[in-house]
Amino acid sequence: MAIFLDENSKIIVQGITGGEGTKHTKRMLASGAQVVGGVNARKAGTKVDFDGAVLPVFGSVAEAMAETGANVTVGFVPPAFTKESVIEAIDAQIPLAVVITEGVAVHDTAEFWAYAQGKSTRIIGPNCPGLISPGKSNAGIIPADITQAGTVGLVSKSGTLTYQMMYELRDLGFSTAVGIGGDPIIGTTHIDCLAAFQDDPQTEAIVMIGEIGGDAEERAAAFIKANVTKPVVGYVAGFTAPEGKTMGHAGAIVSGGAGTAQGKKEALEAAGVRVGKTPSETARLLREVIS
Amino acid sequence: MDLFEYQAKQLFAEYGVPVSLGEIAETPEAAERAAARIGGVTVVKAQVKIGGRGKAGGVKVAKTPADAKTAAEQIIGMDIKGLTVHRVLVDPGADIKEEYYVSFLLDRTNRTFLAMASYEGGMEIEQLAVERPDALGRVPVDPIAGVDEAKAREIVAAGKFPAEIGERVVPILVSLWKAFDGADATLVEVNPLALVGDGDGTKIVALDGKVTLDDNADFRQPRNAGFEDVASANPLEQKAKEKHLNYVKLDGEVGIIGNGAGLVMSTLDVVAYAGEGHGGVKPANFLDIGGGASAEVMANGLDIILNDPEVRSVFVNVFGGITACDAVANGIVGALDLLGDEATKPLVVRLDGNNVVEGRRILNERAHPLVTLVDTMDAAADKAAELANAGK
Repeated sequence: MAIFLDENSKIIVQGITGGEGTKHTKRMLASGAQVVGGVNARKAGTKVDFDGAVLPVFGSVAEAMAETGANVTVGFVPPAFTKESVIEAIDAQIPLAVVITEGVAVHDTAEFWAYAQGKSTRIIGPNCPGLISPGKSNAGIIPADITQAGTVGLVSKSGTLTYQMMYELRDLGFSTAVGIGGDPIIGTTHIDCLAAFQDDPQTEAIVMIGEIGGDAEERAAAFIKANVTKPVVGYVAGFTAPEGKTMGHAGAIVSGGAGTAQGKKEALEAAGVRVGKTPSETARLLREVIS
Repeated sequence: MDLFEYQAKQLFAEYGVPVSLGEIAETPEAAERAAARIGGVTVVKAQVKIGGRGKAGGVKVAKTPADAKTAAEQIIGMDIKGLTVHRVLVDPGADIKEEYYVSFLLDRTNRTFLAMASYEGGMEIEQLAVERPDALGRVPVDPIAGVDEAKAREIVAAGKFPAEIGERVVPILVSLWKAFDGADATLVEVNPLALVGDGDGTKIVALDGKVTLDDNADFRQPRNAGFEDVASANPLEQKAKEKHLNYVKLDGEVGIIGNGAGLVMSTLDVVAYAGEGHGGVKPANFLDIGGGASAEVMANGLDIILNDPEVRSVFVNVFGGITACDAVANGIVGALDLLGDEATKPLVVRLDGNNVVEGRRILNERAHPLVTLVDTMDAAADKAAELANAGK
C-alpha cells in the first residue's frame, strides 16, 4: 500500500511538450513510473520520444483517459493557463490532479478549488513537487534515487525539505512522500495526508513538515490529537522570518502576529507531536518514536 | 505587495467606488499648494504601508494652506514603526457623520474569499473583532459567483447596517468586489467608509483604503510594477530583484544561499540556533536560488551577499533535487574567480543530493582558501556561525 499513488497509477502529463514537462516526463519514466501519454491541444495526434519511450499526445484530458486508462495527471502548464488545465482535468473526472506549476495567481486557485468541490478529482498543489511512492510510482519532480520503499509517511509544504527529510531517513524508506505545496490555497492538505497515512497499512510513522503562514499546522495538530494513533513527528520552518515579509513561498508570511513558527510548534507539541529544531533532529525524533 | 492609501483610493475610483481623492505631496510647499487648490479644511496624511498612522501623529487636520505646510513639515521624514514617511496625501476635509467598515479578503483557512462588514467602523478592525465581535459580519464569497447586488445585501445585513444606509452601501460593495477581483487583490479594506455631509444632503465615501495585491498575478497586471516603492526598498533587495533572485535582507552576519524556500527558511533557523553558541550571530538574509539553479544564478547570488557590509561569513546550503551539485560547485568557483581579491569573506558549503560526488570533487580540487566544505547541514551552520563570530 501507499497513499494516493501506487503501482496501478497511470500518469498523463499536461504540458508534456514544454521544457519542464519534457524534462520531468523523462525523469518520471526513468524512475519506473507508468507515464502513458500527455496533453497538448495544439499537438494532438503526434507522438513524442522520451529517450526511447514513445508517448502519444492527446487533445484533452478526457481523450487521454479514454485512450490510455490514465488515472493521474501531472500539470506543468504555465501559470496563465493553469486554471483552465485544472478545470479540464476536473471535468474529465480524473481521480488525481497534481499541479506542479509555481506562480499561479491565488484568484485562479480559489476558482478551480471552488469548482472542484463536490466533484471526484483530488488536487495536490499548486506550487508543489508532487508525490512519490518509492518503488511504485512517481508523479511530479521528487528525485526517485534518494531512498526506497519503506514505512515512513511524509507530508510537507516544501520541496527541498521533503528531499532533505527523505535523505535523512533513507535507510528506513517511505510509503509515500507528498509535497502539498507552499501557496496560500492548496488542494490536498496536511490533514488529508495524515488521515490517509493513518489508514495506510504500510505507513508506521509520519513526518509532518510545515512552515510559517496560515493555520494549516494548527488545524493539523487538532486533527492528530483526535484521529491519529500512529506516531507523528513534526518540523516547522521559519522561526527567524520577520513579520510581513514573504519568504520565497507565496504562502509563507507572518501577518498580524499570526502564522508564526513558534505558534505552530506549540500547537503541535500540545497535541503530543514532538517537534525537531532542525531537520536532522526531527529525523532523530522519528527514530526514537518508532524504536 | 501592499499599496499606499492614495494608490488604493485611485484603484477604488477606477472601479467606481466613491472616494475622497486628494493630492499627493512630497514637500511641505507642495502640500501647501495642494491645500490651496483643494480649498477649505484639509487632512494631511502620512503615506506609509503600515497601520496606526493616526496614533503615531501621521494624520493632521489643517484649516489653512499654511497649516497644511506646517503639518507636512512635521510628517515628512517622520519614522512610523520603522518606516520613513516620504510623501503625504492632502485630502479634502470631510464632515463625518457616521463611520462604517467593509473589506474583501482571501480566507486561507476556508480556501475561499470572505467579506467583512460593520455598521460600527472607525476603530481598528482587530480591536472591533475582539471588543464587538457581534458587530462584525462575515460572509463567505464564492470565487466563481463573486458579489452581485443580492450578495451585497447579504453582506450589509450581516454587518447590521440599517436598511436605508445598507441600500446605499450595496452598489459600493459591488464596485469594491470588482476592484478586488479585477486587480487580483488578496485584501481590499475601507476603514472608514463614511457618511459625510454634502451640501444639504449626505454621501457615502471611502476616506481611507488598504489594498494588498497578489504578486503571482503580476503577469496579467502590468501596472503592478509601477506600484513598487523603490524609495523605501533596500538597495540589496532592489539589486536582487533586478537579477530575478528571491532575496530578503535581514539583520545579521551570516549570509545564506540555498535552494528551495523551505530549505532556506530552515537554514536561517538552524544558523540562528548555532549562533546562540557563537556570540549571538544571526542570518543576514534569505536567498533562494530555486530549483535547477545554474552556475550563473549562484554567481549572482554570491555577488549580492558578498556586497552586504554586515555579512561576515556565507553559508551555501544546497540539497540537489533537480539542482545539480556540480553546477552549484562550478558557480561558487566561478564567482570566486570573478571576484578575485574582492572576495574576502569565508564560505561554508554543504552539498547533498544530485551529483554530490562531482560537486564536492570540484570544490576539493579547486581548494580555494576561503571555502570550507562541511558534510551536514547542522555542522555547516555551526561552522558558518563560528566564522562570522570570529570575523566580527
